[in-house]
Amino acid sequence: MKVLIAGISSALARQVAMLLKGRGHEVLGLDRRPWRDAPEGIEIFQTDLRKRAAEDVFRTRKPECVIHMATVNALTAGGDERARINVGGTRAIFEHSIAHGVKHVIFVGRHTYYGASADSPLYHTEDEPPHGIGSFPELADLVAADLFAANALWRQPRLCTSVLRLVYTLGPSQQGTLAAFLRGNRVPLVMGYDPLFQFLFESDAARAITLAAEQRAKGIFNVCGPNPVPLSMIVTQTGRTPVPVPEPLLRALLGRFGFPRLPPGALEHIKFPIVVDGRAFKKATGFTHEVDEVEALQRYRLLTSR
Amino acid sequence: MAKDEAVKDLVNRLELPFNAFGVDPYGISKKHLTTAFSILGWLYRNYFRVNAVGIEHVPRRGRAMLVGNHSGGYALDGALVLTSMMLEMEPPRLAQGMAEKFINQLPIGSLWSSRTGQFTGLPEHAERLLEDDRLLMVFPEGARGTAKLYKERYSLVDFGTGFIRLALKTKTPIVPLGFVGGGDAVPTVLNSYALGRLLGVPYVPVTPYGLALPLPVSCEVHYGAPMRFEGSGDEDDTVIKGYVEQVKARIAELIEAARASRRSRQKLGGGR
Repeated sequence: MKVLIAGISSALARQVAMLLKGRGHEVLGLDRRPWRDAPEGIEIFQTDLRKRAAEDVFRTRKPECVIHMATVNALTAGGDERARINVGGTRAIFEHSIAHGVKHVIFVGRHTYYGASADSPLYHTEDEPPHGIGSFPELADLVAADLFAANALWRQPRLCTSVLRLVYTLGPSQQGTLAAFLRGNRVPLVMGYDPLFQFLFESDAARAITLAAEQRAKGIFNVCGPNPVPLSMIVTQTGRTPVPVPEPLLRALLGRFGFPRLPPGALEHIKFPIVVDGRAFKKATGFTHEVDEVEALQRYRLLTSR
Repeated sequence: MAKDEAVKDLVNRLELPFNAFGVDPYGISKKHLTTAFSILGWLYRNYFRVNAVGIEHVPRRGRAMLVGNHSGGYALDGALVLTSMMLEMEPPRLAQGMAEKFINQLPIGSLWSSRTGQFTGLPEHAERLLEDDRLLMVFPEGARGTAKLYKERYSLVDFGTGFIRLALKTKTPIVPLGFVGGGDAVPTVLNSYALGRLLGVPYVPVTPYGLALPLPVSCEVHYGAPMRFEGSGDEDDTVIKGYVEQVKARIAELIEAARASRRSRQKLGGGR
């Protein structure tokens, strides 16, 4: 199968590319960023998804499956440009796919779609609407991209569409929202709150995406692995020191004294859990994780010990 | 307070799927349960001298719904019912209450309710826990029940109907319970809704001595035989309300039985 990965230069997408190649698939990649030491046989096109050159890749290379991993997820990235990339890029993927005969599009989204708030349930199922956009409007573009991808299921019935809502990842790349949060030796938490966090080890996340491509799993799927773990436990088990800070003080510190400049709504994500039910994906693809929560945190601790 | 070794043993015997960190898939933590039940267990035995009757009616395993009355003040009754399941059942069971939404919004409240399995009272939570064969604890009077004044402590206010629909849908037996003593422990003369708004809670109960700290009175909880109703949960309101009234009437009987038993205990012991 010929697979095009948009956003191939991200750490997770590279692992997906290597896995697919290892399993005998032909892999192409699109990204604005370079992948300098890309292995032989993986052809990289360095261009913006929304540019003409990107459509040319669809036209001339005719991929059978497109994996869209070119969304920007970092909570620190904001503004119009992020929204243009996330919503405009997703639109471009679907338009080019339909115009040039792609059979399967996989949108790799995030479980943060569901939002974090005090009154949202544990174990979200795929039929739930997003919660908490009001308190965190900066996430609206990711929610919009997810919904746009999802409505291809009825707009384009002949195209197989998979919308994956993937939990946080942890692994050797030390990239991603959770890894960024664990960057320092001392990790600030909101005093009196300790939400459950769900994560997949990077190798498992890459395998899940690969399986979605091979099994051509049509529909919307939460993708998760091990049981969720309280955030304070993730911090201590990876060798960091949790520093509970009263919420008003933490809000005042954001953007100062080395604390990241986060939108106020981001704090909801370290106060309340976003936990998803991944049974539908497991049923559709047979996916099971290989690295459990205990091993994942131990391995991350070793990877990041200084 | 030092952690009670016996409580630690009880927590270890809970039939919940804890992982190597001692955390279950809902985030319930052995460490937090041990601390919470060490404190509650002491209060249960020594401060409130709770007498639990009919504990054998609670299924040892599988889904079940404890449905009871609030006896006033705040959810002291709920905490003591949880403790009775933990201390008096063999094997111990963790009852999981359906908490008021404000609790998860408050610091500390959010953390301790989450780690001890007392989740916000959302239909999604209730249904999922029952499908996982957990023991759910429901007070269909809701916050109106805890807001009862001292003089109303043995009365029952209107019941919601959601618990019956859920029991029908998930084919769950209802274990009725009557709780007395909470209204004497927190003898509320009025509820300050203004102070509640200031503190981010629905209301603050005010007692003759000002603070709503509970008095050391004896409490009594009586469990009744499981009630099973047949249906899908989609029945007309009139049918559902009929079932609700049956449960409510059974709870009223259990309250009376608990009052009588408590009176005779008080006569014997000379206590309050």
